[in-house]
Amino acid sequence: MGEESEKNKYSLIVPTYNERLNIALFVYLVFKHLRDINFEIIIVDDGSPDGTQEIVQQLQKVYGEDRILLRPRAKKLGLGTAYIHGLKHASGNFVVIMDADLSHHPKYLPSFIKKQMKTGASIVTGTRYVKGGGVHGWNLMRKLTSRGANVLAQTFLWPGVSDLTGSFRLYKKSVLEDIISSCVSKGYVFQMEMIVRASRKGYRIEEVPITFVDRVFGSSKLGGSEIVEYLKGLAYLLVTT
Amino acid sequence: MQVRSRILLQSNETYNKNTVIAGCNLCLLGWASTDVNCSTKLFLVGKLPIYLIVSLGCYGLLMVGVGLMNFPTCPQEALLLQQDITEAKDFLKQKGVDVGSD
Repeated sequence: MGEESEKNKYSLIVPTYNERLNIALFVYLVFKHLRDINFEIIIVDDGSPDGTQEIVQQLQKVYGEDRILLRPRAKKLGLGTAYIHGLKHASGNFVVIMDADLSHHPKYLPSFIKKQMKTGASIVTGTRYVKGGGVHGWNLMRKLTSRGANVLAQTFLWPGVSDLTGSFRLYKKSVLEDIISSCVSKGYVFQMEMIVRASRKGYRIEEVPITFVDRVFGSSKLGGSEIVEYLKGLAYLLVTT
Repeated sequence: MQVRSRILLQSNETYNKNTVIAGCNLCLLGWASTDVNCSTKLFLVGKLPIYLIVSLGCYGLLMVGVGLMNFPTCPQEALLLQQDITEAKDFLKQKGVDVGSD
C-alpha cells in the first residue's frame, strides 16, 4: 500500500432507474467505507421519473461535484450501454460496476481493492456462492433458478468463476474497454458474456465473497421471461466463445 | 482452446468429477468389449452416447440439489443493513438531503 495506492483512482459506475431513496444511502455508505481512497461515483440515470436526479444533485452539494458525477440519459437504454456511457466519463484507472439498491454493499469495496492489489488481477468479481458470501431474502424458487443457471453455465461455458451472473465487479479500465466493445448481449447474459469473454482472452480473474441482501426499498426488476433470455444467451455464448 | 485447457487444469472439482464419470463409462465399455460378441458390442456403442448424456444430466441435477442445500445465506446481513440505513438517513437528513421513504 502507501505510495502505489495513491496513484490509483477508482471510478464507480452506477446505473440507476427509480432509486431515489437508495442512491442517497448508497453514496453515504461508499464514502463511509472508502475513506482513504481516491474515487469518483458516476451515476448514469435513465431519466427516472421519481426524482432520482434531484437527489443526486443534493448529494453533489454535500460531497462535491468532483466526487459525484451525474451523467444522465433520456430514457431506459439498457445496462451495457449505461456502462459504456459511464466509461466515457471515467477518469480513474480502475472501474467498479455495482447496483445502487444496496444489494451490493459498499462495505466490500475495500476487499475488492485489496484483492486486486495483492494479485494484480485484471478483474475482481464478487461471488455469492462461496463460504463467506451468501444471499438473504431469496425464496426457494429464486435459489433454484440461480443454482440451475449456474450449473448450466459452469457445464457448458467453463468460465473459471463461481458466480457468473453477479454484477459487482472491479475491472482495470483498459480491460473493461476491451471486453465491452465485443459484448452484444443484454441483461443478465451481458454480465455472463463479459466474464466469459474475459476468461477466453486470458485475463486474470479473482473472486471475493460478497453477501447479497435482496431489495430493501424499491421494486424488483426480475421477471419470468428472463429465463428464456438466459437460455438463449447461454446458447449464443456456447457457440461464439 | 488453449485457455479452455488451462481452465481445465486448474483445481476445479466440477471438471474432475465429469472426467471420473466419463472415465467410468469408458472402463465399462472396455470391460464389455473384451468378452462379448459383435452384435452386443455394436449395441453398447450405439447406446453409449445416450448413457453419457443421461449421466451428465443426472450429475447436473445432483449438483443443483447439492448446491441448493448448501446455498450460503446471511440473515445477519439484513440486520446490519438496516443499521447502516438508519445511520445513513440520520447523517443525510442533517445535511439537507431528502431521505423520506417512497
